[in-house]
Amino acid sequence: MTRPRFRPGQPVRVKALFPPGHCRTPFYTRGKRGRILDLVDVEPDPEERAYGRPGLPPLPVWRVVFAQHELWPDYRGPARDQVVVGIFEPWLEPLEDGG
Amino acid sequence: MSHDHEPDHDHEHRGHGHDHESHGHPPGQRHPFQPDLEDGPYTWHMALTDAVADLLLAKGLITADELRRTLEDIDSKSPALGARLVARAWLDPAFKERLLADVNAAAAELGIDAGPIPIRAVECGPGEHHVIVCTLCSCYPRLLLGAAPDWYKARAYRSRVVREPRAVLAEFGLELEPEVAVIVHDSTAELRFMVLPERPAGTEGWDEERLAALVTRDCLIGVARPRVPTT
Amino acid sequence: MRRHHDMGGLPAGPVERSEHEHAPWEKKVDAILRLLVAKKIMTLDELRRGIEELGPGAYDELSYFERWIRSIANVLLEKGVIGVHELGLAIEAAKERRAAAEACPKTVPAP
Repeated sequence: MTRPRFRPGQPVRVKALFPPGHCRTPFYTRGKRGRILDLVDVEPDPEERAYGRPGLPPLPVWRVVFAQHELWPDYRGPARDQVVVGIFEPWLEPLEDGG
Repeated sequence: MSHDHEPDHDHEHRGHGHDHESHGHPPGQRHPFQPDLEDGPYTWHMALTDAVADLLLAKGLITADELRRTLEDIDSKSPALGARLVARAWLDPAFKERLLADVNAAAAELGIDAGPIPIRAVECGPGEHHVIVCTLCSCYPRLLLGAAPDWYKARAYRSRVVREPRAVLAEFGLELEPEVAVIVHDSTAELRFMVLPERPAGTEGWDEERLAALVTRDCLIGVARPRVPTT
Repeated sequence: MRRHHDMGGLPAGPVERSEHEHAPWEKKVDAILRLLVAKKIMTLDELRRGIEELGPGAYDELSYFERWIRSIANVLLEKGVIGVHELGLAIEAAKERRAAAEACPKTVPAP
């Protein structure tokens, strides 16, 4: 695999794309900001495999931490509550720190 | 897709005009010599299942022996396997680190086959409680823990636990203090998750078997915490 | 667009906690799927995509394993592993076998 695109702690945004078809990036994360937790796995592309294609080369899967208050404007729990989601690399774009 | 035989609900009577009591055994008991007969009517989906299996067998794509062994393997998996891993981790810090790094390899140390799909453990601590969901479908570490509960696969849990986890956990009887962060893990990729719960107080000196008995399936999902019985 | 299965964050009622033990036919669906995946005849991704394509009505009205076997059948048809006509014949044969078994209890164990 080439040099990893992200590093733990890095701010990222999930792309605000909304295609039909099979994808494993949950709707509630699209367009949202989070931080990279780690590179959790490398897996064939499910968007290809779902249609009978091999999905190779495999893609990095990054665990992204989303603050609940980022995801839901009306979230009433503590600020430290989070959702951690494995996101396939093409769905992520880097943010400037503080962005 | 409209079809004469298409049921619009789970169970559909096929109109045999027949009931199990004519076999001479009590209703609700499977006929002793026909283990394939299930209680209740033979639905279209049951016929579809048998038809798909029959075609695969006839084409030699699967064998009856493979089917039987796979059914046995399905029956061999249960949350007790996960509980053993947790209990060992509570007693052995080095094992715990190996479990957190690779559940499948750690399970193999205990003679447990957790299957080819990677499983990760997430560790609860005093300041954080973890809970697992698959909002998109029902991904679950089946090859270790056995079948996922019905509620895990259903709409209410899948939609609400990422949005209002504390309310959902409260429905399970788990109230968490505000100082404890609630961290929800949405299983979106191939790899699956299990929770490594915190060892409860009052278990000093307990052996592995006694500790494992505290760890239920719901503890491994994160909707419960291991509790020492109060009796 | 938000697809129907992609339900994280949507409002819903209380969690219904009653559970059912898997019926033999449901375990059979599970076993079929595991063998198909192990033999690389289909993938879990295809299973998921097939379930998503059943559409919202089927998604809400069918039970979990009913969705699975429908998806498996559709994917196998798509891939030409099984044919539509032979599947129709196999379904009728399964129903006839079942009716015969209910009418005439065997006195030897089923194979």
